[in-house]
Amino acid sequence: MTNAPVVPATAAIDVATARRRIRPARIIGGTLILIVVLSVIWFLVSNERFEWDVVAEYLFNPSVLLGLGMSLVLTVVCMVLGSILGTMLAAGQLSDFWPVKAASIAFVGVFRGIPPLVQLIFWFNLAYLLPRITVGVPFGPEFFSWSTNDLITPLTAAIIGLSLHEAAYMAEIVRAGMLSVDQGQHDAASAMGFSRWHTFSRIVLPQAMRVIIPPTGSQVIALLKGTSLVSVIAMGDLLHAVQVIYNRTYEVVPMLIVAVIWYLVVVTVLTLIQRRVEQHFGRGAARDGMRRPARRAKEAN
Amino acid sequence: MHEASGMIALPDTEKPPVLEVTGLRKHFGDQVALDGVDLKVYEGEVVAVLGPSGSGKSTLVRCIDQLESIDGGAMFLDGELLGYEQSHGHLRPLADAARKRQQRRMSMVFQQFNLFPHWTVLRNITEAPMVVHGATPAEARERAMELLRRVGLEDKANAYPRHLSGGQQQRVAIARSAAVDPRILLFDEPTSSLDPELVDEVLQTIKKLASTGRTMVVVTHELEFARNVADRCVFMAAGRVIEDRPAEDFFEDPRSERLRTFLARSSRSPREVSG
Ligand SMILES: Nc1ncnc2c1ncn2[C@@H]1O[C@H](COP(=O)(O)OP(=O)(O)OP(=O)(O)O)[C@@H](O)[C@H]1O
Ligand SMILES: [Mg+2]
Repeated sequence: MTNAPVVPATAAIDVATARRRIRPARIIGGTLILIVVLSVIWFLVSNERFEWDVVAEYLFNPSVLLGLGMSLVLTVVCMVLGSILGTMLAAGQLSDFWPVKAASIAFVGVFRGIPPLVQLIFWFNLAYLLPRITVGVPFGPEFFSWSTNDLITPLTAAIIGLSLHEAAYMAEIVRAGMLSVDQGQHDAASAMGFSRWHTFSRIVLPQAMRVIIPPTGSQVIALLKGTSLVSVIAMGDLLHAVQVIYNRTYEVVPMLIVAVIWYLVVVTVLTLIQRRVEQHFGRGAARDGMRRPARRAKEAN
Repeated sequence: MHEASGMIALPDTEKPPVLEVTGLRKHFGDQVALDGVDLKVYEGEVVAVLGPSGSGKSTLVRCIDQLESIDGGAMFLDGELLGYEQSHGHLRPLADAARKRQQRRMSMVFQQFNLFPHWTVLRNITEAPMVVHGATPAEARERAMELLRRVGLEDKANAYPRHLSGGQQQRVAIARSAAVDPRILLFDEPTSSLDPELVDEVLQTIKKLASTGRTMVVVTHELEFARNVADRCVFMAAGRVIEDRPAEDFFEDPRSERLRTFLARSSRSPREVSG
């Protein structure tokens, strides 16, 4: 490689006539990938047990779509609640008032440590520990009181369990984002006399977003798939919907394929949205400077 | 050599000082950063603060601007105690909102510029007047464009900070600080993180600002600049003010041995700053 033949300098040479470089490793690698892809496709198409006609029949089945809708609603609601609570916990973890700091750290530690499945079952069975939920002065008079069994439905148990789990993860993500913002930004905001809220919402958070968004995108996707756990408490999500059908028809594989297709469709859409949001918050950041100059020159042509 | 501050804005020492610092103490753990600093800055005065690295210059201006808590002594802005109030028979730290109100009457230019990178140059300048000082968008914009013209960057109003050179960023930061019409402008080594060829444009901008009668405290390593622009120079070492004299006497007739060595050592690597 090192002693490539030297081309003598003559006026007849013009690199515009040069051909593409021959790269054997790429040819071999590309061929291998092609073979694997083709055999996977062949497996999917030729194997009768996938029962693609059944998949097509149930893909837009009303109860499947209803389950999909429930999964999406749960994802959105739990993500919103989890992000709000998580942001508050992140601020709490960075507080200089130790009781708030300790409480936030403890909350994140506990709810990040408990598997979401365990939490769901726990919240669903809350009535066992706490038969009535009351609002009032602790050890004093009561103002309102409800039966726990009336309040805790599969839906509320799912929302509470998944939101708290999500909040604990979002707290860490937001905290890392806030720490990524330079202390000089805090100094400048403080010197300008901006309020704490203005500093947080207009200066720190928008800059932290570049660090917050990529892991948050993964969180949303994890949460969407996490909603499949609620089928254990008889909540009618996408997975539950296909389970109900295959328990009746025994077409397990094609029904699972239906669920997989929908999960992949939603995840793809979410990924596209994430890219757009990343671009939005990339304003003012040294993003285009990170690309290689050669690439940029090529694009400019 | 002293035409601007000498004729237009003669410091008014008859009136009470704009800023008064008495016996200011500050430590970081065991490290004493300020060990009883006294300083008075009068209306229209430009005070340069000089001293070796680690002598507490940055800490002093950061304490004045309430970016650091203080451990002793007191500071007054127009006679008003900064950061503390008398309440229930004791001196207590001010509530957040009251402290912010005091901070709004001062402004600061940082060594690292600290522009807000996600906002355009224009928004960097207009945000505080609008949000904090109640200016209308039109007023704030007009004032910002006027200031940008004065620092020679009116064509950069819609650029983002990262598209500007260091010197241009610092000039924007200066415009941003001036936009709120502060009672006192604090500079912490405004040229120390700039490439040598960019230092001059920033110093010229500060000089222009000084000539409009602004009250300023400038921490700097630029001796020539201090000599030409400042009315008074303060020399700090080990957290104390060693010498506080009119600029001319400061350079021509340093009293303390430490200042003499400092001036001798610093002027061995002179940089020409056109006056
Ligand atoms: N945040 C901090 N934590 C701990 N020590 C600090 C902190 N800031 C400053 N100090 C210490 O306080 C002393 C004064 O520092 P300061 O930054 O005010 O010096 P300076 O005169 O501005 O120096 P320079 O010319 O290098 O900027 C130094 O000994 C420094 O190590
Ligand atoms: Mg300093």
